[in-house]
Amino acid sequence: MSAREQWVAFLTIVTKEIRRFTRIWPQTLLPPAITMTLYFVIFGNLIGSRIGEMGGFNYMQYIVPGLIMMSVIQNSYGNVVSSFFSTKFQHSIEEMLVSPMPAHVILNGFIVGGMVRGMLVGLIVSLLSLFFTHLSMQHLLITITVVILTAALFALGGFINAIFANKFDDISIVPTFILTPLTYLGGVFYSIDLLPEFWRTVSLANPIVYMVNAFRYGVLGVSDVNVYASLGAILMFVVAFYLLALWLLQRGTGIRH
Amino acid sequence: MSALTIRNLTKTYANGVQALKGIDLQVEKGDFFALLGPNGAGKSTTIGVISSLVNKTGGEVSIFGYSLDTERALAKQKIGVVPQEFNFNQFEKVFDIVVTQAGFYGIPAPLARERAEKYLRQLGLWEKRDKQSRTLSGGMKRRLMIARALVHEPELLILDEPTAGVDIELRRSMWDFLTRINGEGKTIILTTHYLEEAESLCRHIAIIDHGTIVENTDMKSLLEKLQVETFILDLARPVTEEPVLEGFEVWLKDSRTLEVAVPKSQSLNTLFVALADQHFEVMSMRNKANRLEELFVRLVEQNLPGEQAS
Repeated sequence: MSAREQWVAFLTIVTKEIRRFTRIWPQTLLPPAITMTLYFVIFGNLIGSRIGEMGGFNYMQYIVPGLIMMSVIQNSYGNVVSSFFSTKFQHSIEEMLVSPMPAHVILNGFIVGGMVRGMLVGLIVSLLSLFFTHLSMQHLLITITVVILTAALFALGGFINAIFANKFDDISIVPTFILTPLTYLGGVFYSIDLLPEFWRTVSLANPIVYMVNAFRYGVLGVSDVNVYASLGAILMFVVAFYLLALWLLQRGTGIRH
Repeated sequence: MSALTIRNLTKTYANGVQALKGIDLQVEKGDFFALLGPNGAGKSTTIGVISSLVNKTGGEVSIFGYSLDTERALAKQKIGVVPQEFNFNQFEKVFDIVVTQAGFYGIPAPLARERAEKYLRQLGLWEKRDKQSRTLSGGMKRRLMIARALVHEPELLILDEPTAGVDIELRRSMWDFLTRINGEGKTIILTTHYLEEAESLCRHIAIIDHGTIVENTDMKSLLEKLQVETFILDLARPVTEEPVLEGFEVWLKDSRTLEVAVPKSQSLNTLFVALADQHFEVMSMRNKANRLEELFVRLVEQNLPGEQAS
């Protein structure tokens, strides 16, 4: 396939993905908007007013960047894992496998589709947060870079999960038992500096701590960790996950006999 | 030029099942080719390998001269595949399914929409273009898969049991459609359980059984191998005993029905003269089975392993 044909094929997958998640918006776009609004009301307004300041900001302002990142993470992952597994389950993956599309075009299409949903939900949650607090932007470039890299990383994670999944249960195990605990313990609701030394050190092994803090640095200008090291680590994971996903797809793991 | 060349193709699945044991096959450009075999014979595995859905264990496959090993993308451009099972997103609209498939081949959207309309109209699905595919009948779903397989205008169309579960009228219209596109130059390979379909449509035929090709020839030569043809004769009056017919095997199925095995060396005239001599009046006559079916059963029976054949 020529580069132009590959570009058309890539756009076809991205368009198909966007069409899918917008068609079922009550399942994909509405729930995170409602959940995050509840977080803003309960944790931000009701409980937050009694907590006071954190990192020099009121509690609502402090948790908003983490909640935005949580939405990006969950939705990038969720979109790709459910969409790619569905194509396997319905055998419509064969439509792509019989075509001359190279594996990287298929992978890029699904990943960008997942990123678009993650970032769209992130935008919706950001706009909703404006009803509850004032958000400034301290480092726009860092904010955008972190969102893009995080969305890409979790979209890739969802893709790898879907490749190995054989039944619908398999696509909920990772989000339920790994992603959710890591997100809640990833400094969304608190600064890890508040933790005892041991638990602070343990928290540093959680990759989501770096994403949340890097994003918080972009928005508020404060972070518990070195932002540039965080960006480097996320980028490294993106490259590693991308190469792994591409290798699995080229090999036909889970999709070809 | 060969549309498809297969050399010593083998496939052993992870569970140890050897589905293909070194098959060789050649299909010429413009041919209408049937690949027949009982369930589990290796037909779908062969098609799976050709369409890149199954990784082969060994051997070579080339499509219009392009090797699947070294020129896979070029080879894939040349083929369209209509699988046995419905494999499209049940929630997508008919038109979107066809246009999206064109996009996977790098066809720009305006041309993709034009082609989608062309093939959906040809296959009688244009009125259903805005319906979700899950709302279509079984026959319509099959036609949708044909439209989808044609949208990038492949030179070789492979159909895995395209008329399974399709009513007679629709089957005939699909035959007409396939005959027409074959006449326009498209090479077609089909697998089918309806041997009448293979006999009516195809010029060449291969029979696969237990992962090996047991016959590969043109339809005429194959049918000439049929040494005995069995006919059912409906009698005008009831009888109690079958006639004595030298050179034929005869069974009285019921008081008004005879079954007669006619060797290729005997003429039907001889049969009717003998019947008339014994005052048997025949009202109508038909083949017990389609000729190809009769031959197919014999070939497959010959190929059975000893313990199964017994």
